[in-house]
Amino acid sequence: MIDYIKLFLAFFKVGLFGFGGGYAMLPLIQKEVVEINKWLDFKEFMDVLAISQVTPGPISVNAATFVGYKVKGVLGSAFATLGVAMPSFIIILFLAYIIKKYRSQIKAVEYFFQAIRPVVIALILQAAINIGRNSITGIKEFTIAAVTFAGIYFLKANPIAVIFFSALFGVLIYR
Amino acid sequence: MLGGRLSFFVKMFMAFFKIGAFTLGGGYAMIPLMKLEMVEKNKWLKEEEFLDIIAVSQSVPGAVAINTSVYIGYKLGGLTGAIFALFGTVLPSFLTILFIAYFYREVSEITYFNKALKGVYPSIFILILSAAFSLWKKALKDYQSYVIFIMSLFLLLFVNVYPGILILVFGLIGVFRGLYKDEKRMKKND
Repeated sequence: MIDYIKLFLAFFKVGLFGFGGGYAMLPLIQKEVVEINKWLDFKEFMDVLAISQVTPGPISVNAATFVGYKVKGVLGSAFATLGVAMPSFIIILFLAYIIKKYRSQIKAVEYFFQAIRPVVIALILQAAINIGRNSITGIKEFTIAAVTFAGIYFLKANPIAVIFFSALFGVLIYR
Repeated sequence: MLGGRLSFFVKMFMAFFKIGAFTLGGGYAMIPLMKLEMVEKNKWLKEEEFLDIIAVSQSVPGAVAINTSVYIGYKLGGLTGAIFALFGTVLPSFLTILFIAYFYREVSEITYFNKALKGVYPSIFILILSAAFSLWKKALKDYQSYVIFIMSLFLLLFVNVYPGILILVFGLIGVFRGLYKDEKRMKKND
Protein backbone atom coordinates (compact mmCIF):
# COMPACT_ATOMS: atom_id res chain seq x y z
CA MET A 1 0.00 0.00 0.00
CA ILE A 2 2.82 2.35 0.89
CA ASP A 3 4.17 2.13 -2.66
CA TYR A 4 0.84 3.22 -4.11
CA ILE A 5 0.73 6.21 -1.81
CA LYS A 6 4.32 7.07 -2.67
CA LEU A 7 3.51 6.94 -6.39
CA PHE A 8 0.46 9.10 -5.91
CA LEU A 9 2.33 11.70 -3.85
CA ALA A 10 5.39 11.86 -6.12
CA PHE A 11 3.24 12.56 -9.18
CA PHE A 12 0.95 14.85 -7.22
CA LYS A 13 4.03 17.00 -6.58
CA VAL A 14 4.87 16.93 -10.29
CA GLY A 15 1.35 18.07 -11.15
CA LEU A 16 1.36 20.76 -8.49
CA PHE A 17 4.70 22.36 -9.35
CA GLY A 18 4.69 21.70 -13.09
CA PHE A 19 4.13 25.21 -14.36
CA GLY A 20 4.29 25.59 -18.10
CA GLY A 21 3.06 22.05 -18.80
CA GLY A 22 4.69 19.35 -20.92
CA TYR A 23 8.41 19.72 -21.23
CA ALA A 24 8.68 22.00 -18.21
CA MET A 25 7.50 19.07 -16.10
CA LEU A 26 10.18 16.63 -17.24
CA PRO A 27 12.95 17.70 -14.82
CA LEU A 28 10.47 17.39 -11.94
CA ILE A 29 9.49 13.88 -13.03
CA GLN A 30 13.13 12.90 -13.35
CA LYS A 31 13.89 14.16 -9.86
CA GLU A 32 11.02 12.21 -8.30
CA VAL A 33 11.48 9.02 -10.29
CA VAL A 34 15.25 8.71 -10.63
CA GLU A 35 16.75 10.67 -7.74
CA ILE A 36 14.33 10.67 -4.82
CA ASN A 37 12.50 7.36 -5.16
CA LYS A 38 14.99 5.49 -7.35
CA TRP A 39 12.19 3.69 -9.18
CA LEU A 40 14.12 3.76 -12.47
CA ASP A 41 17.71 4.31 -13.44
CA PHE A 42 18.59 7.11 -15.84
CA LYS A 43 18.59 4.93 -18.93
CA GLU A 44 15.19 3.41 -18.15
CA PHE A 45 13.85 6.88 -17.51
CA MET A 46 15.07 8.06 -20.92
CA ASP A 47 13.19 5.15 -22.51
CA VAL A 48 10.04 6.16 -20.68
CA LEU A 49 10.42 9.73 -21.93
CA ALA A 50 11.00 8.61 -25.50
CA ILE A 51 7.74 6.67 -25.41
CA SER A 52 5.80 9.36 -23.54
CA GLN A 53 6.65 11.92 -26.20
CA VAL A 54 5.50 9.94 -29.19
CA THR A 55 2.25 8.48 -27.83
CA PRO A 56 -1.02 10.44 -27.69
CA GLY A 57 -1.82 12.66 -24.73
CA PRO A 58 0.07 14.89 -22.27
CA ILE A 59 3.68 13.83 -21.65
CA SER A 60 3.25 14.06 -17.89
CA VAL A 61 0.26 11.71 -17.92
CA ASN A 62 2.04 9.25 -20.20
CA ALA A 63 5.16 9.26 -18.04
CA ALA A 64 3.10 8.82 -14.86
CA THR A 65 1.24 5.86 -16.34
CA PHE A 66 4.44 4.22 -17.55
CA VAL A 67 6.42 4.69 -14.33
CA GLY A 68 3.44 3.58 -12.24
CA TYR A 69 3.15 0.43 -14.29
CA LYS A 70 6.84 -0.37 -13.96
CA VAL A 71 6.76 0.09 -10.20
CA LYS A 72 3.44 -1.51 -9.27
CA GLY A 73 1.55 -2.76 -12.33
CA VAL A 74 -1.83 -1.51 -13.49
CA LEU A 75 -2.93 -0.30 -10.07
CA GLY A 76 0.36 1.56 -9.69
CA SER A 77 -0.20 3.34 -12.98
CA ALA A 78 -3.71 4.32 -11.87
CA PHE A 79 -2.35 5.87 -8.67
CA ALA A 80 0.44 7.72 -10.47
CA THR A 81 -1.89 9.04 -13.18
CA LEU A 82 -4.50 10.20 -10.68
CA GLY A 83 -1.70 11.85 -8.72
CA VAL A 84 -0.44 13.89 -11.66
CA ALA A 85 -3.95 14.99 -12.67
CA MET A 86 -5.32 15.76 -9.20
CA PRO A 87 -3.66 19.18 -8.64
CA SER A 88 -4.99 20.41 -12.02
CA PHE A 89 -8.41 19.11 -11.14
CA ILE A 90 -8.55 20.86 -7.76
CA ILE A 91 -7.01 24.15 -8.88
CA ILE A 92 -9.15 24.44 -12.02
CA LEU A 93 -12.38 23.58 -10.21
CA PHE A 94 -11.61 26.19 -7.58
CA LEU A 95 -10.83 28.89 -10.17
CA ALA A 96 -13.77 27.98 -12.40
CA TYR A 97 -16.10 28.21 -9.41
CA ILE A 98 -14.76 31.61 -8.35
CA ILE A 99 -14.92 33.00 -11.89
CA LYS A 100 -18.45 31.73 -12.41
CA LYS A 101 -19.58 33.22 -9.14
CA TYR A 102 -18.14 36.69 -9.60
CA ARG A 103 -18.15 37.18 -13.36
CA SER A 104 -21.62 38.68 -13.56
CA GLN A 105 -21.28 40.72 -10.36
CA ILE A 106 -17.83 42.21 -10.68
CA LYS A 107 -17.09 44.05 -13.88
CA ALA A 108 -13.34 43.75 -13.32
CA VAL A 109 -13.49 40.02 -14.13
CA GLU A 110 -15.01 40.75 -17.53
CA TYR A 111 -12.41 43.44 -18.24
CA PHE A 112 -9.67 41.01 -17.30
CA PHE A 113 -10.82 38.41 -19.82
CA GLN A 114 -11.40 40.92 -22.58
CA ALA A 115 -7.85 42.18 -22.19
CA ILE A 116 -6.19 38.77 -22.29
CA ARG A 117 -7.88 37.31 -25.37
CA PRO A 118 -5.21 38.79 -27.68
CA VAL A 119 -2.56 37.21 -25.40
CA VAL A 120 -4.19 33.82 -25.94
CA ILE A 121 -4.07 34.25 -29.73
CA ALA A 122 -0.37 35.11 -29.39
CA LEU A 123 0.14 31.96 -27.29
CA ILE A 124 -1.52 29.73 -29.86
CA LEU A 125 0.44 31.35 -32.69
CA GLN A 126 3.69 30.94 -30.77
CA ALA A 127 2.96 27.22 -30.31
CA ALA A 128 2.30 26.90 -34.05
CA ILE A 129 5.47 28.81 -34.96
CA ASN A 130 7.61 26.65 -32.66
CA ILE A 131 6.20 23.44 -34.08
CA GLY A 132 6.53 24.72 -37.65
CA ARG A 133 10.10 25.86 -37.13
CA ASN A 134 11.17 22.49 -35.79
CA SER A 135 9.21 20.26 -38.12
CA ILE A 136 9.19 21.81 -41.59
CA THR A 137 12.73 20.74 -42.36
CA GLY A 138 12.48 19.38 -45.89
CA ILE A 139 10.36 18.80 -48.94
CA LYS A 140 8.45 15.86 -47.40
CA GLU A 141 7.39 17.89 -44.39
CA PHE A 142 6.51 20.87 -46.54
CA THR A 143 4.34 18.62 -48.69
CA ILE A 144 2.47 17.29 -45.65
CA ALA A 145 1.85 20.84 -44.48
CA ALA A 146 0.68 21.95 -47.94
CA VAL A 147 -1.66 18.98 -48.32
CA THR A 148 -3.08 19.61 -44.85
CA PHE A 149 -3.68 23.23 -45.74
CA ALA A 150 -5.45 22.29 -48.96
CA GLY A 151 -7.43 19.59 -47.16
CA ILE A 152 -8.83 21.76 -44.40
CA TYR A 153 -9.49 24.86 -46.51
CA PHE A 154 -10.72 23.43 -49.79
CA LEU A 155 -12.08 20.05 -48.81
CA LYS A 156 -13.13 21.03 -45.28
CA ALA A 157 -11.41 17.89 -44.04
CA ASN A 158 -11.91 16.82 -40.44
CA PRO A 159 -8.76 17.53 -38.33
CA ILE A 160 -8.93 14.04 -36.83
CA ALA A 161 -8.86 12.51 -40.31
CA VAL A 162 -5.98 14.82 -41.20
CA ILE A 163 -3.98 13.69 -38.17
CA PHE A 164 -4.74 10.06 -38.87
CA PHE A 165 -3.62 10.22 -42.49
CA SER A 166 -0.48 12.23 -41.82
CA ALA A 167 0.48 9.70 -39.12
CA LEU A 168 -0.05 6.89 -41.62
CA PHE A 169 1.91 8.82 -44.21
CA GLY A 170 4.75 9.28 -41.71
CA VAL A 171 4.91 5.54 -41.05
CA LEU A 172 5.06 4.85 -44.79
CA ILE A 173 7.61 7.45 -45.92
CA TYR A 174 10.13 7.60 -43.07
CA ARG A 175 12.62 4.87 -42.52
CA MET B 1 -34.67 13.52 -17.35
CA LEU B 2 -32.04 11.35 -15.73
CA GLY B 3 -31.54 9.49 -19.00
CA GLY B 4 -31.07 12.77 -20.89
CA ARG B 5 -28.47 13.90 -18.39
CA LEU B 6 -26.61 10.62 -18.57
CA SER B 7 -26.57 10.58 -22.35
CA PHE B 8 -25.16 14.12 -22.29
CA PHE B 9 -22.32 13.01 -20.02
CA VAL B 10 -21.61 10.02 -22.22
CA LYS B 11 -21.53 12.26 -25.30
CA MET B 12 -19.15 14.62 -23.54
CA PHE B 13 -16.96 11.73 -22.41
CA MET B 14 -16.75 10.45 -25.99
CA ALA B 15 -15.81 13.89 -27.29
CA PHE B 16 -12.98 14.20 -24.78
CA PHE B 17 -11.89 10.64 -25.44
CA LYS B 18 -11.54 11.47 -29.14
CA ILE B 19 -9.54 14.59 -28.30
CA GLY B 20 -7.26 12.63 -25.97
CA ALA B 21 -6.70 9.88 -28.52
CA PHE B 22 -5.64 12.25 -31.30
CA THR B 23 -3.62 14.77 -29.33
CA LEU B 24 -0.18 13.92 -30.67
CA GLY B 25 2.84 16.14 -30.18
CA GLY B 26 2.12 18.19 -27.09
CA GLY B 27 -0.64 20.16 -25.39
CA TYR B 28 -1.34 22.74 -28.06
CA ALA B 29 -2.15 20.07 -30.59
CA MET B 30 -5.44 19.58 -28.79
CA ILE B 31 -6.62 23.14 -29.46
CA PRO B 32 -7.85 22.53 -33.03
CA LEU B 33 -9.53 19.30 -31.87
CA MET B 34 -11.20 20.90 -28.89
CA LYS B 35 -12.36 23.80 -30.99
CA LEU B 36 -13.88 21.35 -33.44
CA GLU B 37 -15.66 19.25 -30.81
CA MET B 38 -16.65 21.91 -28.28
CA VAL B 39 -17.24 25.03 -30.38
CA GLU B 40 -18.13 23.89 -33.88
CA LYS B 41 -19.71 20.46 -33.70
CA ASN B 42 -21.54 20.40 -30.38
CA LYS B 43 -21.77 24.17 -29.85
CA TRP B 44 -21.17 23.73 -26.14
CA LEU B 45 -18.93 26.81 -25.97
CA LYS B 46 -18.68 30.18 -27.68
CA GLU B 47 -15.33 31.11 -29.19
CA GLU B 48 -14.78 33.79 -26.55
CA GLU B 49 -15.45 31.30 -23.76
CA PHE B 50 -12.99 28.89 -25.33
CA LEU B 51 -10.29 31.58 -25.39
CA ASP B 52 -10.93 32.47 -21.74
CA ILE B 53 -10.66 28.83 -20.70
CA ILE B 54 -7.33 28.45 -22.52
CA ALA B 55 -6.06 31.55 -20.73
CA VAL B 56 -6.87 30.15 -17.28
CA SER B 57 -5.58 26.69 -18.19
CA GLN B 58 -2.27 28.13 -19.35
CA SER B 59 -1.73 30.12 -16.19
CA VAL B 60 -1.92 27.36 -13.60
CA PRO B 61 0.32 24.31 -13.07
CA GLY B 62 -0.32 20.98 -14.76
CA ALA B 63 -0.82 19.70 -18.29
CA VAL B 64 -2.72 22.22 -20.41
CA ALA B 65 -4.87 19.49 -21.98
CA ILE B 66 -6.04 18.33 -18.55
CA ASN B 67 -6.66 21.83 -17.25
CA THR B 68 -8.69 22.75 -20.31
CA SER B 69 -10.78 19.56 -20.21
CA VAL B 70 -11.56 19.85 -16.52
CA TYR B 71 -12.60 23.48 -16.96
CA ILE B 72 -14.84 22.75 -19.93
CA GLY B 73 -16.30 19.70 -18.18
CA TYR B 74 -17.13 21.77 -15.11
CA LYS B 75 -18.68 24.51 -17.20
CA LEU B 76 -20.88 22.05 -19.06
CA GLY B 77 -21.84 19.68 -16.26
CA GLY B 78 -20.55 20.79 -12.86
CA LEU B 79 -18.43 18.44 -10.78
CA THR B 80 -19.74 15.32 -12.57
CA GLY B 81 -18.95 16.95 -15.90
CA ALA B 82 -15.40 17.70 -14.77
CA ILE B 83 -14.87 14.07 -13.74
CA PHE B 84 -16.21 12.71 -17.04
CA ALA B 85 -14.04 15.16 -18.99
CA LEU B 86 -10.93 14.27 -16.99
CA PHE B 87 -11.39 10.54 -17.51
CA GLY B 88 -12.25 10.99 -21.16
CA THR B 89 -9.05 12.94 -21.81
CA VAL B 90 -6.74 10.73 -19.78
CA LEU B 91 -8.05 7.28 -20.70
CA PRO B 92 -6.66 7.07 -24.28
CA SER B 93 -3.14 7.92 -23.03
CA PHE B 94 -3.52 5.57 -20.11
CA LEU B 95 -4.61 2.62 -22.25
CA THR B 96 -2.00 3.26 -24.95
CA ILE B 97 0.82 3.40 -22.42
CA LEU B 98 -0.39 0.30 -20.57
CA PHE B 99 -0.51 -1.54 -23.87
CA ILE B 100 3.02 -0.48 -24.77
CA ALA B 101 4.38 -1.08 -21.27
CA TYR B 102 2.94 -4.59 -21.31
CA PHE B 103 4.37 -5.60 -24.68
CA TYR B 104 7.42 -3.42 -24.63
CA ARG B 105 10.83 -5.04 -25.09
CA GLU B 106 13.11 -2.32 -26.39
CA VAL B 107 12.95 1.25 -27.61
CA SER B 108 13.33 0.29 -31.25
CA GLU B 109 9.78 -1.05 -31.09
CA ILE B 110 8.44 2.46 -30.80
CA THR B 111 9.92 3.55 -34.12
CA TYR B 112 6.46 3.32 -35.65
CA PHE B 113 5.19 5.88 -33.19
CA ASN B 114 8.23 8.02 -33.96
CA LYS B 115 7.58 7.94 -37.69
CA ALA B 116 3.90 8.65 -37.19
CA LEU B 117 4.74 11.65 -35.04
CA LYS B 118 7.19 12.96 -37.64
CA GLY B 119 4.41 12.79 -40.20
CA VAL B 120 1.92 14.45 -37.88
CA TYR B 121 3.97 17.49 -36.83
CA PRO B 122 3.66 19.44 -40.12
CA SER B 123 -0.10 18.81 -40.06
CA ILE B 124 -0.39 19.97 -36.48
CA PHE B 125 1.50 23.13 -37.42
CA ILE B 126 -1.17 23.96 -40.01
CA LEU B 127 -4.07 22.91 -37.76
CA ILE B 128 -2.93 25.09 -34.85
CA LEU B 129 -2.21 27.98 -37.19
CA SER B 130 -5.68 27.75 -38.65
CA ALA B 131 -7.24 27.58 -35.16
CA ALA B 132 -5.39 30.78 -34.24
CA PHE B 133 -6.67 32.57 -37.34
CA SER B 134 -10.25 31.45 -36.92
CA LEU B 135 -10.30 32.67 -33.31
CA TRP B 136 -8.58 35.87 -34.33
CA LYS B 137 -11.59 38.12 -34.89
CA LYS B 138 -13.10 37.26 -31.52
CA ALA B 139 -10.01 38.55 -29.75
CA LEU B 140 -8.62 41.34 -31.90
CA LYS B 141 -11.29 43.96 -32.20
CA ASP B 142 -9.69 47.34 -31.63
CA TYR B 143 -6.41 49.16 -31.65
CA GLN B 144 -5.56 48.26 -28.03
CA SER B 145 -6.03 44.56 -28.61
CA TYR B 146 -3.60 44.67 -31.54
CA VAL B 147 -1.01 46.36 -29.34
CA ILE B 148 -1.46 43.67 -26.66
CA PHE B 149 -1.25 40.95 -29.31
CA ILE B 150 1.97 42.23 -30.90
CA MET B 151 3.66 42.84 -27.55
CA SER B 152 2.67 39.37 -26.31
CA LEU B 153 3.87 37.61 -29.43
CA PHE B 154 7.18 39.46 -29.29
CA LEU B 155 7.70 38.65 -25.59
CA LEU B 156 6.78 35.00 -26.11
CA LEU B 157 8.97 34.45 -29.15
CA PHE B 158 12.04 36.46 -28.26
CA VAL B 159 12.10 36.93 -24.51
CA ASN B 160 10.55 33.58 -23.56
CA VAL B 161 8.28 35.02 -20.89
CA TYR B 162 6.12 32.60 -18.90
CA PRO B 163 2.56 32.78 -20.30
CA GLY B 164 0.96 33.13 -16.86
CA ILE B 165 2.89 36.35 -16.24
CA LEU B 166 1.72 37.87 -19.53
CA ILE B 167 -1.88 36.96 -18.81
CA LEU B 168 -1.72 38.40 -15.30
CA VAL B 169 -0.04 41.66 -16.35
CA PHE B 170 -2.18 42.40 -19.40
CA GLY B 171 -5.29 41.27 -17.54
CA LEU B 172 -4.65 43.70 -14.68
CA ILE B 173 -3.92 46.54 -17.10
CA GLY B 174 -7.25 45.75 -18.74
CA VAL B 175 -9.03 45.83 -15.40
CA PHE B 176 -7.60 49.23 -14.43
CA ARG B 177 -8.36 50.68 -17.86
CA GLY B 178 -11.92 49.40 -17.74
CA LEU B 179 -12.60 50.66 -14.24
CA TYR B 180 -11.00 54.02 -14.98
CA LYS B 181 -13.19 54.47 -18.05
CA ASP B 182 -16.29 53.56 -16.06
CA GLU B 183 -15.43 56.13 -13.45
CA LYS B 184 -14.94 58.85 -16.06
CA ARG B 185 -18.27 57.93 -17.60
CA MET B 186 -20.00 58.14 -14.23
CA LYS B 187 -18.52 61.56 -13.47
CA LYS B 188 -19.73 62.79 -16.83
CA ASN B 189 -23.24 61.68 -16.04
CA ASP B 190 -23.30 63.43 -12.63
